Amino acid sequence: MTDTLTDTASDTGPEPGYPIDRSPRCPFSPPAGLRELQATAPLRKVRLWNGSAAWLVTRYEELRALAGDPRISSDILRPGFPQVSLGSLERARRQTSFLVMDDPAHARLRRMVTGPFAVKRIQAMRPEIQRLVDELIDTMLAGPSPADLVREFALPLPSLVICHLLGVPYADHAFFQRNSAALLNRNSADRATEAQRILTDYLDGLIGEKLARPADDLLSALATEQVATGLLERRDLTAIAILLLVAGHETTANMIALGTLALLRHPDQLDALRATDDPARIAAAVEELLRQLTVVQTGLRRVALEDIEIGDQMIRAGEAVILAIDAANHDAAVFSEPDRLDLGRDARHHVAFGYGVHQCLGQQLARVELQVVYGTLYRRVPTLRLAGDPAELPYKHDSIVYGVHELPVAW
Amino acid sequence: MRVTLHQDKCVASGQCVLAAQEVFDQRDEDGVAVLLDDNPPAEAHDDVRHAAAVCPALAITLAES
Repeated sequence: MTDTLTDTASDTGPEPGYPIDRSPRCPFSPPAGLRELQATAPLRKVRLWNGSAAWLVTRYEELRALAGDPRISSDILRPGFPQVSLGSLERARRQTSFLVMDDPAHARLRRMVTGPFAVKRIQAMRPEIQRLVDELIDTMLAGPSPADLVREFALPLPSLVICHLLGVPYADHAFFQRNSAALLNRNSADRATEAQRILTDYLDGLIGEKLARPADDLLSALATEQVATGLLERRDLTAIAILLLVAGHETTANMIALGTLALLRHPDQLDALRATDDPARIAAAVEELLRQLTVVQTGLRRVALEDIEIGDQMIRAGEAVILAIDAANHDAAVFSEPDRLDLGRDARHHVAFGYGVHQCLGQQLARVELQVVYGTLYRRVPTLRLAGDPAELPYKHDSIVYGVHELPVAW
Repeated sequence: MRVTLHQDKCVASGQCVLAAQEVFDQRDEDGVAVLLDDNPPAEAHDDVRHAAAVCPALAITLAES
């Protein structure tokens, strides 16, 4: 009888393809096709790039239930796991971080790096982040207008911060930014695989230097305390270093640029944000922009370890599951008028950082960076405006992380 | 209200500290949450409920009297 549950799947016809591109006319909301599925078939099998099927979960409540369910695996090497693109399995066979492992291996490795990302230790970095933001704004204002906000500000800030924390020389930024972007691109497997090799060589070399001449940074601490003592394989530290470096700047950079674009397109909200220096209101604005924009656009990828009955469906052991956090953050049952950007709403329970044991470990750093940026940029540059047609902007439809490649602004 | 924190489940997201700084802190070495007050005053209850609701690892349980 349970077969009937799966087969009737509340809908007929071929499985829709996933992921779906956002519309350039609606760049701040999840794709219309995703919202349709959420309304009509919140647990629905979709068809992936390689022809395989996956359950797509689009409602908040079911997404949280599954993300926190120990019968769901994040192990990218497990049969049935919904690979994000051509080459991703091959890359995972070569190198995996705890992001795509299950406990207990995941917990053991994650706990090695969580200390520096704790709330109070990140809060202590706020003056330094403020100084960097002010300097980048000074430099941008001293240069020509219009300028590309991504290149002048959105990408440098999180790159500088994560470099400082990890102990990666910022002088190499053009190199690792280029390869990070390539690694996140879904449509260029060869280039992504090459980027993995290049970043692996680079960070392995850097770890060698940290072992020989430790400095006051996270990679040195991990190299001397974990690798040198045999608690961590050097190749596992390299995988962790790539994860932290890539995740540490790409996601925040996209939130800075896309967030600025969203605010420029919602002048009433921007005026309200500019008018306040209340940290609580700025923090609330950050949570709302995280919810509204949810830049991770290819879902959290999982595979069922056991049969799981949820809603009116049965997910079978071995079946692929994709948790669409962008859709869940626009679930009207949880966030009223979800497409309306409302910086005054309480959006703290959003799932933009994921949910479950894999929830973003750098989330406190992202929050403080965004609080400083959103609390400073528009006050210091009150005439900031878009220099170009918003419909013509190069959106990142082919990346795991959504955003804009460039954002021309004038002041 | 009685608060129980399951440190073995904690993934050091820091969500509880953000929600209720008077009731939760984090260990310096690995960010694992620490319970400062297992019987918080009434004015902290909403914050603690929020902390329990957003904990990604379901590591906080509450017994409301």
